[in-house]
Amino acid sequence: MADMVFWCIAALTVISAAFVVLNNQLLYAAIGLLFTLFGVAGLYVFLWADFIAGVQLLVYIGGILVLIIFGIMLTNQISSVRLSQTNVQQGVGAVVVTWLFIFLSMVISKTPWLIRPALEPESTTAGVGTLLLTRYLLPFEVISVLLLGALIGAAVLSREGN
Amino acid sequence: MTVDFIFDLLNQFLPGFSGNGFLLLFAMLIPCLILFGFIAVYALVVIYAELKVSSFIQDKVGPMGQGFGFHAGKWGLLQPVADALKLLTKEDIIPGSANRVLFIMAPFMIFIGAFVSFVAIPFGESIIVADLNIGIFYILGVGSLAVIALILAGWSSNNKWSLYGAMRSAAQIVSYEIPAGISLITVIIITGSLNMQEIIAYQQGGIFNWILFDNPFIPVAFVIYFISALAETNRTPFDLPESESELVAGFVTEYSGMRYAFFFLSEYANMFVVSAVAATGFLGGWQSPISGYLDSPGWSVFWMMSKIAFLIFIMIWIRWTVPRLRVDQLMNVCWKVFLPIGLINIFGVAIWTVLLGS
Repeated sequence: MADMVFWCIAALTVISAAFVVLNNQLLYAAIGLLFTLFGVAGLYVFLWADFIAGVQLLVYIGGILVLIIFGIMLTNQISSVRLSQTNVQQGVGAVVVTWLFIFLSMVISKTPWLIRPALEPESTTAGVGTLLLTRYLLPFEVISVLLLGALIGAAVLSREGN
Repeated sequence: MTVDFIFDLLNQFLPGFSGNGFLLLFAMLIPCLILFGFIAVYALVVIYAELKVSSFIQDKVGPMGQGFGFHAGKWGLLQPVADALKLLTKEDIIPGSANRVLFIMAPFMIFIGAFVSFVAIPFGESIIVADLNIGIFYILGVGSLAVIALILAGWSSNNKWSLYGAMRSAAQIVSYEIPAGISLITVIIITGSLNMQEIIAYQQGGIFNWILFDNPFIPVAFVIYFISALAETNRTPFDLPESESELVAGFVTEYSGMRYAFFFLSEYANMFVVSAVAATGFLGGWQSPISGYLDSPGWSVFWMMSKIAFLIFIMIWIRWTVPRLRVDQLMNVCWKVFLPIGLINIFGVAIWTVLLGS
């Protein structure tokens, strides 16, 4: 049963991701991205990472995807523009893709995957919080300062007179 | 947990299938169907309440009828049923220049966004469909699905009023999610849990143990949450997205019949969800206001429902009392008033909790 649900979610993620890449209408691609992000949230739930799944919903669907759709809708003539999906530099592209495929296959086959028993952890939130404020405090603060800088920068750039 | 309980029951009554995965699927589907029925009935009740309360506020009598004939029943009790039948039988119009796929998809998406929140709402001491570890966070997260549905509804209608309404609504919801989330963080600081049942369990023992009276910062957080919740559900005084005098009906302009009903239904469902979160986070959830008085599992449903009903009544009351805000006022209140106050509040509550314990 759990396997079946997993394969359904995985299929949803992959098929909608393919739809995002292959569709040449921007808005439909953005809607496809909605299902991809949902599928990824579902995969997080399967890894018992419930908090991360919630963050995925709140940040990616509620924040980033809304911004993307906003951006698409504010551009002119979105439904009439047909963007080309084919690459001009096919030779270079083929080389890069082959290299990436070999590299990823090697990573997948060589990594000693840690298989955890499928036990429900008590609560992942407390663990995430403790780690963020002890072991990963420096990266956490650096990212905070970076995001704050981006926020102030965006506010300055969008001011009148710029 | 309700799902486990139903699963056990099914296992007993259908021993041939015991332990089957599909039985578990049914055990999950049954409470969802019950919730769906609950939302439909609740919507009828709250539509009636809105009609009556608005009429009384405006010194009218509202829908009335004599006896149980075909004129809206006694005291107009059948008015919401008549409204529902009218919506069901109306012609379903899809504008010729609309984007068909998205136009049809949007009402369903907005209802799904409202409906999935109900799964994590504690209706009583042991009545909750999914007692998630991240309950309150989950409700905040799935609430953001509504924004995308609103934008799609507005854009796919191919109507300028719809698009204006959708843009306003998306900006409004995305902005007000922040003060709403920030005021709920104070609750999480105090209880140390995101789980809805644990938050309620913390507030055991009478009205003075409710989080609302935990420390002087919390009432401010409650007011910020409640006003932000009004904005997130697009209720007056924040109904700019569908302001009739400027935008015809905002993002629902081109919708009719049952598709329109779905937008309506999800607005009322969202009102229930935000009221339930406010009741859980600040007003003790299903706990009785007097310790030991009527606090059996059965009465817990009564207390939860009366707290939610009270908050919904206040929402209706505000709707028919306060005039609509302007767009700039709306954004000023959010970013220049609520956000700084909310941040100071978090700071205050954190210091209070560390110094004085909980």
